[in-house]
Amino acid sequence: MDGEPLVRWHWIGDHLGYLRDLTLDHAVIALVPVLIGLLVAVPLGLACVRWPRLYQPLAGLFNVVYALPSLAVFVVLIPYTGLATRATVMVPLTFYAVAVLLPTTVDGLRAVPEAVRQAATAMGYGPWHRLTAVELPAAVPFLTAGLRVAAVASISLAAVGALVGRGGLGYLFIDGFQRTFPTPIVAGIVLVALLALVTDLLLVLLRRLLAPWARRTGAGR
Amino acid sequence: MNWLNWLNTFFSAPDHRSGPDAIVHRIAEHLVISGEALAIAAVLAVPVGLLIGYTGRGTFVVTALTGVARALPTLGLVTLAVLLAGVDDLAVLIPLVALAAPPLLVATAEGIAGTDPEVRDAARGIGLTHRQVLFGVCVPAALPTALAGVRTSAVQVIATATVAAYVGLGGLGRYVIDGLATRNFPTTLGGALLVVLLAVATQLVFALLIRLTLPPGERVRRSAPSTKEAL
Repeated sequence: MDGEPLVRWHWIGDHLGYLRDLTLDHAVIALVPVLIGLLVAVPLGLACVRWPRLYQPLAGLFNVVYALPSLAVFVVLIPYTGLATRATVMVPLTFYAVAVLLPTTVDGLRAVPEAVRQAATAMGYGPWHRLTAVELPAAVPFLTAGLRVAAVASISLAAVGALVGRGGLGYLFIDGFQRTFPTPIVAGIVLVALLALVTDLLLVLLRRLLAPWARRTGAGR
Repeated sequence: MNWLNWLNTFFSAPDHRSGPDAIVHRIAEHLVISGEALAIAAVLAVPVGLLIGYTGRGTFVVTALTGVARALPTLGLVTLAVLLAGVDDLAVLIPLVALAAPPLLVATAEGIAGTDPEVRDAARGIGLTHRQVLFGVCVPAALPTALAGVRTSAVQVIATATVAAYVGLGGLGRYVIDGLATRNFPTTLGGALLVVLLAVATQLVFALLIRLTLPPGERVRRSAPSTKEAL
């Protein structure tokens, strides 16, 4: 690698469209699982609040799942989802997202004061109306905090998918390594970090829109 | 072919029973690499964490580190380190250490800062020096939190060491990467299964350690996973 600069800017200039496509692919692979994870975690969290006995075993299970090394899980799925398919990477990422979002959902739902719950009932809210108008909005700061952790982790984990043939920006690491050419690797690291940063900022913005009160009380960071 | 056949092929291959590609040897390699990375990370991160946690200064470093460490792609760091520094064990250790250090630092600082202020005041009041308060009062109180950080780091290092096989590191990742390269599924799957078992075993060992460091009264309260820990 003698004499090869860390970044060859003209390569980046020549490959802007390519880098954009990889970034978009990466965003889909990493973030769709987080959305699905949210859709799974909220009902699961509701069930855990209603039947508290469910929570410990489920939380323990997902704690173990979260600790499983991503590459190993991708590989184990290959016989079912195929090599170099999006599903091989997205299915495990969904499980990781649920593992982060389930505890935050439960914390958020439990943070609603009993007096508020009873006040809603006294005002004539049915269980469904109370859930959508009182409990879920109160959980929003917790959910967005969980989403931030889940999304950022998912974005950096998705790159490992390149080793099983589908990792969005992760492909740049393989490509650069095989050609002893650091420019794509640096571009990949920067783009992954940028994608994480932008997603994180969007989620902070979303929280401010949905739960403007959270900034003052500091709930859910 | 099914799982049992795959695993049978993997475990009964002569290469996997003795020699440099033996399963026992690969597991030992994986443990040594992970242990080295974790030890170096601890030497770097724990003193800083103690200082930040005890003085309350520089907490912004903690917040920044948590965010950055989560956003960095391990595969990118590993490939870049090897391209820049060459394929030797030290070059591969750098990204492993870089990824293991932040959770350690954060957990140490949080554990120390979480010591009951009244207890700290009382310790000062009976005439202990700052050093005695830190090591005699705060460190024992911080152990469970700090160990949870070590667990997060350990699991992270085991996963990253697997990925680092791509750039030539030994350990269980060799089976996964070599199997993928040669389209040898039994090898890949066998390696993946061993990595999963190693990660779960590490979790269990740390769960036990954390339980042992908790004061008896606290042991009843089972700890639920928190957002802070998930890294």
